[in-house]
This record gives sequence, structure tokens and C-alpha cells, in this order.
Amino acid sequence: MRALCWEGAGALAVREVPDPELRNAADMIVRVRRSATCGADLPLLAGRTPFLAAGDVLGHEFLGEVVEVGPEVREHRPGDRVVVCAAVSCGSCWYCRQGLYASCDNGSTMPARAEAAWGQPTGGCYGHPSALGGFAGSHAEYARVPYADVGAFTVPEPLDDHRAVFASDAAPTGWMGAELGGVRPGDVVAVWGAGAVGQLTAQAARLRGAARVIVIDRHPERLLMAELHAGAETLHFERTDVPAELRERSGGRGPDVCVEAVGTEPDGAATRSLADRLGDVGRAERPLAVREAVHSCRKGGTVVVLGTFSGFVDTFPLGSVMQKGLTLHGARQHGQRYIPMLLRLMARDQLTTEHLATHRLPLEQGPAGYELFRDRADGCVRTVFAP
Amino acid sequence: MGRLAHGGTVLATAAAGAVRALVVPRRRRPTTGPDRRPARWQVVTVDRPPEQVLPGGRWPEPLRPLDGAVELYLRPAPGGRGTELSARPLGGRPELPGMAAHLVGDDPGLLIRETLRRAKQYVETGEVLRADRSRLDRPVVRR
Ligand SMILES: NC(=O)c1ccc[n+]([C@@H]2O[C@H](COP(=O)([O-])OP(=O)(O)OC[C@H]3O[C@@H](n4cnc5c(N)ncnc54)[C@H](O)[C@@H]3O)[C@@H](O)[C@H]2O)c1
Ligand SMILES: [Zn+2]
Ligand SMILES: [Zn+2]
Repeated sequence: MRALCWEGAGALAVREVPDPELRNAADMIVRVRRSATCGADLPLLAGRTPFLAAGDVLGHEFLGEVVEVGPEVREHRPGDRVVVCAAVSCGSCWYCRQGLYASCDNGSTMPARAEAAWGQPTGGCYGHPSALGGFAGSHAEYARVPYADVGAFTVPEPLDDHRAVFASDAAPTGWMGAELGGVRPGDVVAVWGAGAVGQLTAQAARLRGAARVIVIDRHPERLLMAELHAGAETLHFERTDVPAELRERSGGRGPDVCVEAVGTEPDGAATRSLADRLGDVGRAERPLAVREAVHSCRKGGTVVVLGTFSGFVDTFPLGSVMQKGLTLHGARQHGQRYIPMLLRLMARDQLTTEHLATHRLPLEQGPAGYELFRDRADGCVRTVFAP
Repeated sequence: MGRLAHGGTVLATAAAGAVRALVVPRRRRPTTGPDRRPARWQVVTVDRPPEQVLPGGRWPEPLRPLDGAVELYLRPAPGGRGTELSARPLGGRPELPGMAAHLVGDDPGLLIRETLRRAKQYVETGEVLRADRSRLDRPVVRR
């Protein structure tokens, strides 16, 4: 089959690779109809992630048609249209039973690698290196879906592919951001990053009754989308003093909930601080938006980190967390917990996402699609491939 | 249940549920000479009751590679979180018996932990999750 492979730092190519095969009784094979780029792919693409190997297939946000099921699959049959959660989780360990699917104990085939990096093994994710499971990505004609009954969800008929595909990753991540933030009616919510994740966090905050949602970015077309589709106010961080503006818009209190949906910016990594150069050389990331979120948040408020950080960050304002009594949350998305509900919201037009699929390209144009996405060129928010 | 040695032999059998804690006596560490302390236990928590972890006292299939190399111990986890399944190499820290040394390599802890995790996965999900086969192991065929 054809698949979009990582070839080395900054280099991608569409190549012929072996078809996926059923490896476990609970697996199924999906013919991919849509597979989207995600901000989490950018560090992979840049070659900043250990254990990614040349030839690995990228992609983890996808939707497709079931073509083959293992003997233990009960919920799906060939022909079903399904959206697949980006996280690989077993559904039967203690974490899964608590709804903490991304923390699944059984979602990875190489848990020791995640253990070395983070202290405990975590669940899996498609299209990532072995520390996250070692499963091929979805930018391909076919994908293997382990624990198919747990991770795949039938898409209601009238839903368009370009809306439903975001139920795989961006929408559950945004929903989780608002939920972990404990967003309540009347809250002022600030969201850093107007990519798909930030925009869907803003929509979720709105749906949970936030009084004001303020989205921060520097790409005018992304900010405009947040205004149009999430009813958010927006701030251009290069043109304004963000903490001062947030104070002013929240009665001097600071936002009740601050959600970071940025991660490590590829172009922001140029200036490295002294601490970074002296300390954990080359490995520390600079969490600019997290710093700003912690600094801006009201006393006793909640800061949620959704952006992907793989290891250490440099100069984290811990004092502010302690002095202001903040709650700090971070998580990879527990999509299985939200996807059925999100699909229902989508079917009722209460959650709209298709505008995020700004660039819809055949898989063969994978490298060009990633270039658009990485450079935020031509108003690109997400490239969605059709194999 | 209780403490199990190599080969799946139950040393201290008791009815399921009547699980007793293993008390490892604290010994003063000699200041010189080789480290004679027993190796550290490697532990996983299996989200199932003890009688499902070692049904009839038998080792689940994924644990078998450790046969002869480790002793096993299990007890209920607090808070209804299932069973704590522990293993440590027989023969103390540095000196592993020949076959065991071969099996567990330089970092016995890691291999034992990985094996325990596979056993846990088998008990919790009915299977051990298998990675995609490497492209070197299979031909390119069109579906
Ligand atoms: N927690 C999860 O499970 C999960 C799931 C999906 C994505 N993610 C992560 O969430 C983050 C966002 O994902 P995305 O796909 O929307 O990414 P994206 O790359 O499309 O968007 C990130 C946005 O952040 C903006 N930004 C950069 N620096 C900023 C700053 N200082 N202040 C405000 N905005 C800033 C960028 O201009 C960009 O628009 C990424 O780090 C991604 O890896 C996490
Ligand atoms: Zn993602
Ligand atoms: Zn699980």
C-alpha cells in the first residue's frame, strides 16, 4: 500500500510499504478515508523525537471503513464507517476503567521506553515512535486498529467525513481541556493557540457556559475562525501585552481557566536561554505560552497544559503556581471517554469542525501538505489527506 | 495464595483471599564485601483478583520465560485495585544462576518488569499486544 513515511529530519516521502495485518484477536483493519495532520506531528517531523525511525508512517487522527476484523471484535463489521481515537487503549485496565484512557497500562508494545522517559509507561498513539506503542500511522491506505471495540466508533450516517475525522483527536483534546479546567457557567477562559486544538477548546468552553472565551495566537486567519466558530474574543500576541489585556478583560482578576494548546513551536525554538544552554543541553523546551498562562491565571484558578512536551522545560514559574494556589493539569487526550458524545454534538451541528480541514489533498501530496501545515502557509490549519 | 517459587510450585498455599504479607527481615548491610541483599522486587498491579492472576496457582503463559529464574509473590492491592504481582531473581543481586543470567541479562529488573507487564496484559485483556511486524519480516503485497 502507499503511505506517508518519515525519512529523516524535515523529510517525508510517499512510499510503497507492506499492508498492515491483524496481529491480535481484537484488532481490525481500516481502509483510511481521511487522515489529518496534527501539531503533535511537528516535533516528529523535525526529527526531535527519539526512536522515530526512517520509514515510520506518520498520522494519528483518522477515519475510515472497516475491511477486516479479528475474531474478538464484536462492535464492528466490514463496511462500517468509523472514526478511530488517536490513543491506543485496552479498555480493561484500571486506568481505562477510570476513563483515563491515554494512561492505559496495556496500550503500548514497548512500555519500558516510556517508563525511562516519564517514570511510568503510558498508553499508545498511532504514528509515533515506540515509546508510544510502536503502531504505524494513519497517513496510509490502510491502518491496523488494536483494541478495535474500544478505540473505534461508528460514525452516524449524515455526518460528513471532514467533520467527524476531528472526533479522533482535536475535538476530544479540546473537550478535555475545558473539562480538566473545570469550566463553569460565568467563567472567563483564556486559550493559548488557535490551531485545531485551541479552537475546539474554545468551542467546548462555550458549550460549557463560559461567559467569555479569549483565544490568543498570531495568525489572523486562525483568530478569525475562533471568533466565527467559537464565539471567542481574540488577542494577537505579537501586537498586544497579553497578560495586561487578559487582566483588563477579566475585571483585574485574571482568567478563571487558562488552557495552553501550543506545545513547542518549531520556529520559536531559535532563541535558547542561558539555563537551557548550561543545563540539559538541547533538550529543554521553552514553554512560553505555559509561562504566560500561569502568570495570567487568577488566584486559585486552573491551568491546563494540552500542548505536547516530551521532556524538560526551561524556566517554569513554579513560584506563581504555589503563591497563587493554582491547579495545574496536563494530559494526553482520553478520547474514548468523549467521542460518542462529541459525535452526537457534531450530528446536531452543535460542534462544527470541518472549517479546520482547510487543505484537503490526496495522500500522494503528503510532503507538500505537511509543508503547508508546518509553515502555517496559505491559511492552513489542518491538512486532511485522502489516500 | 502467597509466595511462589520457580516452576510454579506453591510454597505457602492458602485459600484465595487469605493472602498474607511477606515480611522481608531488615538486615544491616555489611560495609565490605559483595552486596548480599536479595534483589529488589519488581511489581505490577493487575486489575483482577488474585485467583484470576494465578488461576489454580499456575503461572500465566507470558510469565513462563522466567521459570527457574525468579520467585513470585502476590497480594491484593489496596483500594480495590486488584492484585500486586511481584517477582525477583532467585539468588540475590549479583549472582544469577546460569540460565537465569542468560534470560535476564544485565538489568534483571527491566526484563522482569517487562515480563510481568506482559502477564498483566494477558490477564487483563486476554492477549499480549503485538507490535506491527517489521517491514523486513514481510513482503510488500497489495491488498
Ligand atoms: N493533549 C493531547 O492529547 C493532544 C492532542 C492533540 C494535540 N496536542 C498538542 O496540542 C498542541 C496544539 O495542537 P494543534 O494541532 O492545534 O497545533 P498547531 O501547531 O496547529 O497550533 C498551535 C498554535 O499555537 C500558536 N502559538 C505559538 N506560540 C504561541 C504563543 N506563545 N501564544 C499563543 N499561541 C501560540 C501557533 O501560532 C499555532 O497557531 C500541540 O502541541 C499538539 O501536539 C495534544
Ligand atoms: Zn494529535
Ligand atoms: Zn487500558
